[in-house]
Amino acid sequence: MDKFKSFFLEQPIWAFLIAITVFFSLFAPNFFDIQNFENILIQASTLGIIALGMTLVMINGNIDLSVGAILAFCAVVMVDAQSWPIFAQLGDWAILGAFFMAILAGMALGGLNGFLVWKTGVNAFIVTLGAMIGIRGLVFVYTQEQSLFAMNFLFSDIGMSSVPLGPLAVPTIAILFLVLVALVHLLLTRTVHGRNTFAVGGNPEAAVNAGIRVGPHMFVNYLILGGLTGLAGVTLSSQMGAATPNLGRDYELWVITGVVLGGTKLAGGYGSILRSFAGILSIAILRNGMNMMQVQAFYVYVILGGILIAVLILDKQLSSRKVRLSEQV
Amino acid sequence: MIQPAEPSKTPVLSVEGVSKSFPGVKALDGVSFEVRPGEVMALVGENGAGKSTLMKVIDGIYQPEEGSVSIGGETVALQSPQDAKRRGIAMIHQELSLVEDLSVAENLFLGELPRKSLGRVDWKKLYADSRRLLDRLNCQFSPRALIRNLTVAHKQLVEIARALVYETRVVIFDEPTTSLTDRERLLLFEIIRDLRSQGVGIVYISHKMDEIFELSDRITVLRDGTPQGVLETAETDEDSVVERMIGRKVSHAARTDFRSGEDVVLQVSDLWSRGAFREVSFELRSGEILGFYGLIGSGRTEILEAIFGLRKCYRGEIRVAGERLDKHNPEEAIARGIALIPEDRKENGLALSLACDRNLGMTVMNQWGNLAHPSREKRLFEEYREKLSIKAPGPSYPVDNLSGGNQQKVVIGKWLATEPRILLVDEPTRGIDVGSKAQIHQLLRDLAAEGYAIIVVSSEMPEIIRVSDRVLSLYEGRIVSELVGEEISEESVGRAITGVGELASTAHDSNTSPES
Repeated sequence: MDKFKSFFLEQPIWAFLIAITVFFSLFAPNFFDIQNFENILIQASTLGIIALGMTLVMINGNIDLSVGAILAFCAVVMVDAQSWPIFAQLGDWAILGAFFMAILAGMALGGLNGFLVWKTGVNAFIVTLGAMIGIRGLVFVYTQEQSLFAMNFLFSDIGMSSVPLGPLAVPTIAILFLVLVALVHLLLTRTVHGRNTFAVGGNPEAAVNAGIRVGPHMFVNYLILGGLTGLAGVTLSSQMGAATPNLGRDYELWVITGVVLGGTKLAGGYGSILRSFAGILSIAILRNGMNMMQVQAFYVYVILGGILIAVLILDKQLSSRKVRLSEQV
Repeated sequence: MIQPAEPSKTPVLSVEGVSKSFPGVKALDGVSFEVRPGEVMALVGENGAGKSTLMKVIDGIYQPEEGSVSIGGETVALQSPQDAKRRGIAMIHQELSLVEDLSVAENLFLGELPRKSLGRVDWKKLYADSRRLLDRLNCQFSPRALIRNLTVAHKQLVEIARALVYETRVVIFDEPTTSLTDRERLLLFEIIRDLRSQGVGIVYISHKMDEIFELSDRITVLRDGTPQGVLETAETDEDSVVERMIGRKVSHAARTDFRSGEDVVLQVSDLWSRGAFREVSFELRSGEILGFYGLIGSGRTEILEAIFGLRKCYRGEIRVAGERLDKHNPEEAIARGIALIPEDRKENGLALSLACDRNLGMTVMNQWGNLAHPSREKRLFEEYREKLSIKAPGPSYPVDNLSGGNQQKVVIGKWLATEPRILLVDEPTRGIDVGSKAQIHQLLRDLAAEGYAIIVVSSEMPEIIRVSDRVLSLYEGRIVSELVGEEISEESVGRAITGVGELASTAHDSNTSPES
């Protein structure tokens, strides 16, 4: 019982997730439905895939505001590269070629952020703020302010496909998302790189003293985030069969909101992939559930903003109570 | 005289004629230093004497311009702390460098976690190795515990255990007892002695003379980057060490300047605060210094906080010049002429990135209206620079770059600017070197002579004895004794606390003979 209690004290996001799920199941018609849950997973997947990398970067004590712009850039590359002459001989396999281009573009842009943070020592907030504006500009230059459409319908077919699992047909994107959650979770909890991520964010000086190469370490995490953002650009554009220059606007804010809801500290050194997952899922459920209850779109924003602040206040009070509990022991 | 070649006397670490300069300063000038296996070598000197520079040379952070470092008789050119670590030099920093949200084991092997395939951590090996290290230090806690949940003392043990990961030949302790309780300090000393008996060479850096005399075999003194000789601890005394440190004689005339104070300015009666103190009653007069002595957790700091309105009390009253305080917040306290000079200068007292004058002006700015007054701040600074003899090049000099003693003077000046009558001073000389300590003590005495009523809280008995006109001893949130004027001595203050609880023999061999 005590274990149960301390689990929810330490990780209130799970209690929150359960509470809103129960709430909408009771009050939102058609919410409690396998089909709808699959929808929620797909809706969560774009933000969620980025949030995995964002969690690593934020545990490092950094941040990346340019993920929305990178996502747009990669989506545009994904759609456009399918018709590049170099892939012309490949037929349908051009999609795979374009896929690699998109991921590569994401890693290059993420890596650029990481490289600047490492080498210049300029605050990550500033570096990626600049990147956010600049990369969005590049997207407009690239697309000439036009939306791009994929000529090969196979591309959007992949995006809409599902995998039969027993009696269910689970959307491919949802499966991809869940597999990535597991992989990045293992990376963070089981590998040396993952453990060093906590060390670098928790006490950079101690990490340097211990011989961890802090700069290259941060660079790698930005690279991972860039790659994952590229992947999110691919999945999002494949759902639409298109890419627009305004794609992914404000996504950086939603991603950071989800990660912070999951308890990751902005100052670094503390956080978890599974809880970031829960945070992103909470946002998706709130949007989906309120939509089902036909709450007007603008109120949804007001409510989400309020909930973010309320949850963080609650978290702060819970953790101070926890400290008091442990002092009494 | 020819010394017989005794193998154990070969220094395990020796530094020969090392010099190191920085733009404008020669931090080390031909310094030699050695540690033999199985001895504790104390390193003393005022702040800025070159201790930390010397340690950074030994730790491989700085490369010396002249001279050499040898480990185990072999000359080495250390390139980094990792390099030094691999050669058996372990540095235990004053500020603990642990990662709070990782486990003990992960901190022990930070940067060197054992790996399996695919970059995975070999947890089994990690925990087993950690257990073995912790056992060597008789640590009971689990290697899986989070650092966040450990006490300061346990964290320090982790820091020491980390030093033992490699075959360690020299362990350097830099002010290790600053945040330890008496009992924890004794435990640390036991561990240091244990390491010594295992043949490890120990370097012990401290400002606290009693610790140095309790622990060390020899003492190396540094002043202004030049060596002042190596002393055998058994053959020297505190005064001669301090003399070498500060370069002049110390006078130890017995105090005769006790003052009994004049009007009662502060009256505390039957004050209770939950979990901190109870039944606290006392009076404070203008012109006297009242010392509060007690262990950490005895309620001394909390009483100051209560008077200043930072802590809630559920019973009792506080009167300033006969009038009751009723709002119990800092604003009221300041308005009634109370100033609190906090324990941690860096955290509570100063805005480090700001200039001296901006820091000084901070407390009085509100009284000047809504606009900033740069020239007034400058004048204020000049006034207090002279009054408190603050050593700073100019008003716009960043506080961060001042020495600890001068930073403390800026904090004191900042509060004097509010024209208080009552000064509450918490640990006035924590982390300040011996020479500046004496200056701060004199400053407090002078302020009392001017008519300020002062309460000084300190965990250092010599300090309490040197400044106080009256001493209240606290034990577990209660005032247990009052000593006035000539009654104050190490024995009487120590006994006041020993009478109630157990207190380790804080009174070391008293070197303060009445004459000299």
